[in-house]
Amino acid sequence: MTLPASLKYTSDHEWLSLDGDIATIGITDFAQSELGDIVFVDINTVGSALKAEEVFGTVEAVKTVSDLFLPVSGTVLEVNADLEATPDNVNSDPYGKGWMIKLKVDNVADVDALLDAAAYEALVG
Amino acid sequence: MSAAETTVKTITLNDLHINLGAKMMPFAGFNMPVRYSSDLDEHHTVRNAVGVFDVSHMGEFVVEGPHALDLIQRVTTNDASLLTDYKIQYSCMTNAEGGIVDDLLVYRFSAEQYLLVVNAGNIDKDWAWINQNNTNGATLRNLSDEWSLFAVQGPKAIEALQPLTNADLSAISYYTCVVDTLAGIPGVLISATGYTGAGGFELYVKNANALEVWNAIFAAGTPFGIKPIGLGARDTLRLEMGFCLYGNDITDTTSPLEAGLGWVTKFSKDFNAKPILEAQKIAGLTRKLVGFKLLERAIPRSHYPITDGAGNTIGEVTSGTQSPTLGYGIGMGYVTIEHSKPGSSIAIEIRGKQVPAEVVKLPFVTKAN
Repeated sequence: MTLPASLKYTSDHEWLSLDGDIATIGITDFAQSELGDIVFVDINTVGSALKAEEVFGTVEAVKTVSDLFLPVSGTVLEVNADLEATPDNVNSDPYGKGWMIKLKVDNVADVDALLDAAAYEALVG
Repeated sequence: MSAAETTVKTITLNDLHINLGAKMMPFAGFNMPVRYSSDLDEHHTVRNAVGVFDVSHMGEFVVEGPHALDLIQRVTTNDASLLTDYKIQYSCMTNAEGGIVDDLLVYRFSAEQYLLVVNAGNIDKDWAWINQNNTNGATLRNLSDEWSLFAVQGPKAIEALQPLTNADLSAISYYTCVVDTLAGIPGVLISATGYTGAGGFELYVKNANALEVWNAIFAAGTPFGIKPIGLGARDTLRLEMGFCLYGNDITDTTSPLEAGLGWVTKFSKDFNAKPILEAQKIAGLTRKLVGFKLLERAIPRSHYPITDGAGNTIGEVTSGTQSPTLGYGIGMGYVTIEHSKPGSSIAIEIRGKQVPAEVVKLPFVTKAN
């Protein structure tokens, strides 16, 4: 299980990386491994202003469906369109090609409150 | 932790599966391998080559004696009197209300010896029900804890297994069986059955021989790309064939007629639920289990509402997935009778959205796919 130290994490098994006030968000290596083969990423919230913990989409594996929870409040700017054809990128490269959304973060300070790699590892270890 | 979780049983090769990297999960009261590597890869391995499921959780009851057939006829819907030696029949056990206690395989070894293979989650219920109906003193033995069961499934199964036995595997036709030496172990029940539609065998062996047989299967299957397959792929494989899963598609409150199992419900013989099912047939069914495919990209899941497309609920999904072979959403569910014909337009309510779907004939996947 890989856990890049540069990322922030949530107890819902999402990761977030911040560039200015734009966050890139996906699910963790642990999450993809638990879910198994991802066959569909269903996100219809582009343009929506959502609060932290709200559902911004769902990820469907062969056997299970899981809601995706927003780590911090913000506006969904973009969804990773490549996942339409290659949802398995979430399995093979969860922190890279498997990214799910770009979010304009309402309050950058909210990101500081998320888990760091060590705290997340303790949670799933 | 619930009481059920603390009493989960293990199958004989539990440690081997863990060492093979299986994700183990409680299923039907047993800790079972759900996935070794990838559900999709395991699915395609069975469709295209050969894979092995350890389904040792399944239950096995031997019914013997001069009244064995009587008892089987009374508790099951299919006509077991039509069986000859080493022939197998798919059947249902019904309760007094016409619901399905379990679906099962009935093997005949002789006129006075039969084997019933039942679902793991129903072993205790079935055993009690059969004993309760055993009014003529048939001899019953529950061998569920003594036997292991490996389903070797896929188009390469015959080639892979043939070196392990002198029995001519290509001569064992579908739903027949032989008892022969396999991998040096005498008395293995080699059954041309399965739950995948991919062809192959189910091998019943004593627990003491399980490891030796498993290892021999894998040694023989290596040239054919044999892999261990988890219950995740088992579910997508059976759903592509439209096979019912007990607890999802059929239950104590669904009748065999509603479930499309009229073909194993024979009114030409007596059985406990015959009057109620005959009455149901005469009155006409109000709902039916159907297969459907989604016409837009989405995945149906069990318990999602089925609607008429205008938001009126007409049923509920009992099984659903994205077919690994077909690449689109497929499922089964009960719908009101007027929406049950193939070609009917229905919708599946998925996260508040009406996703258009069409009732289709089963199986979803045929050899031509």
